[in-house]
Amino acid sequence: MNELAIKAEKLSKNFGSFKAVDEISFDVKKGEVFGFLGANGAGKTTAMKMLIGISTPSSGKASIAGYDIYNETEKIKRNIGYMSQKFSLYDDLTIGENLRFFGGIYGLSRPDIKLNTEKVLDRLHLQKEKNALVKSLPLGWKQKLAFSAAMFHSPQIVFLDEPTGGVDPLTRREFWDMIYEAAELGTTIFVTTHYMDEAEYCNRISMMVDGKIEAMNSPKELKKQFNASSMDEVFLDLARKATRTGD
Amino acid sequence: MKAVTINQISKTYTVQKEKTIALDGVSFDADLGEIFGIIGPDGAGKSSLFRILTTLLLPDSGTANVMGYDVIKDYKNIRKKVGYMPGKFSLYQDLSVEENLEFFATIFNVKIKDNYQMIAPIYKQIEPFKDRKAGALSGGMKQKLALSCALIHKPDVLFLDEPTTGVDPVSRKEFWDMLSELKQHGLSIIVSTPYMDEANRCDRIALIQEGKFLSINQPNKIIKEFKRNLYSLESLNNRIALKALKEKNEIHSCHPFGEKLHITLKENQEIQFFENLLIQNKIEYQHLEKIEPGIEDCFMELMLSKQ
Amino acid sequence: MRFSLIWQEKQLEQEINMKQFLVFIKKEWLHIWRDKRTLFILFGMPITQIILFGFALSNEVKNSKIAILNPSKDALSAQITEKINASRYFDLVKEIKTNSEIDLVLKSGEVNSVLVFPHNFEKDFNHNGFNKVQFIADASEPNTATTLKNYMSNILLDFQKTKNPNSVNPLQIKTEIRMLYNPQLKGAYNFVPGVMAMILLLVCTMMTSISIVKEKELGTMEVMLVSPLKPFMVIVAKAVPYFFLSMVNVVSILLLSVYTLELPIKGSLVLLMLESMLFTITALSLGLLISTITGSQQVAMLISLVGMFLPTLMFSGFMFPIENMPLPLRTISNIVPAKWYFIIVKNVMLKGLGISGVLKETLILIGMTVFLLILSVKKYKIRLA
Repeated sequence: MNELAIKAEKLSKNFGSFKAVDEISFDVKKGEVFGFLGANGAGKTTAMKMLIGISTPSSGKASIAGYDIYNETEKIKRNIGYMSQKFSLYDDLTIGENLRFFGGIYGLSRPDIKLNTEKVLDRLHLQKEKNALVKSLPLGWKQKLAFSAAMFHSPQIVFLDEPTGGVDPLTRREFWDMIYEAAELGTTIFVTTHYMDEAEYCNRISMMVDGKIEAMNSPKELKKQFNASSMDEVFLDLARKATRTGD
Repeated sequence: MKAVTINQISKTYTVQKEKTIALDGVSFDADLGEIFGIIGPDGAGKSSLFRILTTLLLPDSGTANVMGYDVIKDYKNIRKKVGYMPGKFSLYQDLSVEENLEFFATIFNVKIKDNYQMIAPIYKQIEPFKDRKAGALSGGMKQKLALSCALIHKPDVLFLDEPTTGVDPVSRKEFWDMLSELKQHGLSIIVSTPYMDEANRCDRIALIQEGKFLSINQPNKIIKEFKRNLYSLESLNNRIALKALKEKNEIHSCHPFGEKLHITLKENQEIQFFENLLIQNKIEYQHLEKIEPGIEDCFMELMLSKQ
Repeated sequence: MRFSLIWQEKQLEQEINMKQFLVFIKKEWLHIWRDKRTLFILFGMPITQIILFGFALSNEVKNSKIAILNPSKDALSAQITEKINASRYFDLVKEIKTNSEIDLVLKSGEVNSVLVFPHNFEKDFNHNGFNKVQFIADASEPNTATTLKNYMSNILLDFQKTKNPNSVNPLQIKTEIRMLYNPQLKGAYNFVPGVMAMILLLVCTMMTSISIVKEKELGTMEVMLVSPLKPFMVIVAKAVPYFFLSMVNVVSILLLSVYTLELPIKGSLVLLMLESMLFTITALSLGLLISTITGSQQVAMLISLVGMFLPTLMFSGFMFPIENMPLPLRTISNIVPAKWYFIIVKNVMLKGLGISGVLKETLILIGMTVFLLILSVKKYKIRLA
């Protein structure tokens, strides 16, 4: 198995003459927590869509979990998990039904599904609520459960698109605790966020500006490099260079 | 007169026989010309509160006044006096920037040029794109247009429900700069946000969680109410340190904050005591200092004390 | 003095209201105008529907191949044969000599029907004042056979009348009634009123409810409610553009049917337009009602389609004759507004009846409209919940 979870080389996506993603190159090591930051419209979402295999790049190379981004998207999809703030779980299904469903679409065996479901319920202290509808849960719980669902088939890499938006500060930290737990077990985490304190929880972060990666390093090194006291300042410093607007 | 006065407002929703308490007897006043922030996570009841204040929703109990008018009896008067930007507000995507603004001006029975001064600082930034469809604007520009539309009739009170949610830090900062500028015109602004770091841009804030206010005050006073000594610790591996600290009886709370850990002790001891504790337990650290808490520290402390 | 001041204020307020109203309508026009795809569907639909129903889907049979067995070979039978051949419905392709050939030509599919004259046709006719012919049709396609039979008896009846204006054949009275307003059994006579009802319902009910619900989804409805704009004005302003669109559609359907389907408008055009306006308002109030009880565009669309469109198709009498339905379904058909409009259009357009002939139906439609409007105004909220 490759030591690199994600390898991207000069990856680009053009919409007409508009370069949404402009030759980005980066590596993510196995078990790394990689923060993918940028202002609205910098090209984060487009880049992420290419990496999870639902959008074909205009040019460049990339491999995810050792699979080619052009020809092996089916294999990629089987080996990654994805969670976004917008879509997470089915509101009108119970917790148990949601987990069974996600286990089912990834082809897990019945005993595996049962075992994993118990694990998740124990981890989240949700045993009692197993048969409760997801919509009756508070947002923070939903997000934690959604993360568990994304992790349900033990993917090599999990992509998290603003997973903690609008979540209360305590739950946000519990969420990151889960992220770290997963990373320690060898799962690679690729995460976007608008909370700059969360950026500092990442092992490394990349900053996208106008479709390009303008900076990439550990939070500590970035702060040094930009002579800033917080990631907030680094972000503002970089994002101000942006010349284009657009989502 | 106050811009907003609410007293013991409660609101419960019943969806499929399941009751959800959105607001549980909340009260506050907002003064004229102040920026009043309602800060809390999604689902805390912020939107329900805004809809009650903008006369879109009737409270189950309690009273509320906006510019001296009762939200139930005098709703027509309130509707003439307030500007409102709902959380999911997204303008008419197929109308141009100018058409959107003109439409809202006429709906509120004003002419753009009469009130241009009010919106000028904001609208000037998007005026070069006035023929562009609203749907083709970037997030930040949409926000500016929406704000211009909510302001065009020179309201006395402006209600902004989560205007910065999902917006990147740069656009958020710009947005708050605009609000500070508007305040100079004497406008009263009630704004909600899930981002704790925006609290300092408000004159006063109410921290809201599960339909209840945890605290209402000026941001710096809320920080002063934080009675414990707060320590910031930096170590090579925060996770190991965090785990070790959480097991100690002497520790009241320990939360990661960026690359640091924020810690409070049960007995409010001085830093020397804490250092000894760390050494005794062989908890490795690089840097330790006593720090001023932020709003997020306060919010979590208040959440924990309510639980 | 004070009085005149109040009066002036009132007038000013009315002017403001009017201005807001017009601006709102302008905005609606822009929405409709900029959504070219929907616009195309709205205007393209009536045209395609008319063409589809008028030509392709019609149960009219043209140039059906016919053979004739005529042992008489006299002038009268030749006249009849010529008349049949001249009609657009039959095409004489063969003259056969013997009875045994009948079966042969029908089986081989060479012809769809055969007309058999008796011996001494003209002689017997002049003697008795009537005579019989035999019409044999291939009934493996029953609908076509029935249609052909009707065409044939019609042609013969017509011929008989011109020859002997005083003859009344009691046996043919029944046929006469069925054929009276559609002597050639033209499909278009049924389809045009049906298409009109469907288009109006689609444009008004579905489009209005969707466009109102869209504002709820966008969050703009909240802002509208918190503005000094009178809430009901929002709704009325939404309805106005669709009202005009519908009128354009009515006119284009009528033009199409008169000039391409050669359908006459026997009654008063003004009455027809007025009735169409009435039905448009019925459909609009239905759309309004739907929009007040739904929160998403999909739900509004689903209710409009399943709740309005299907019943119109089934119960207006345009696809399936209501008289043939069992009593419970016939009862249900009474609450479908399109049924009454369908009757009105048929009566005015095809029978040429005046207002007195459609008074009952008109009153029922007015009643329904008032009921729907009151219901939706009651349901319309000045707040969100």
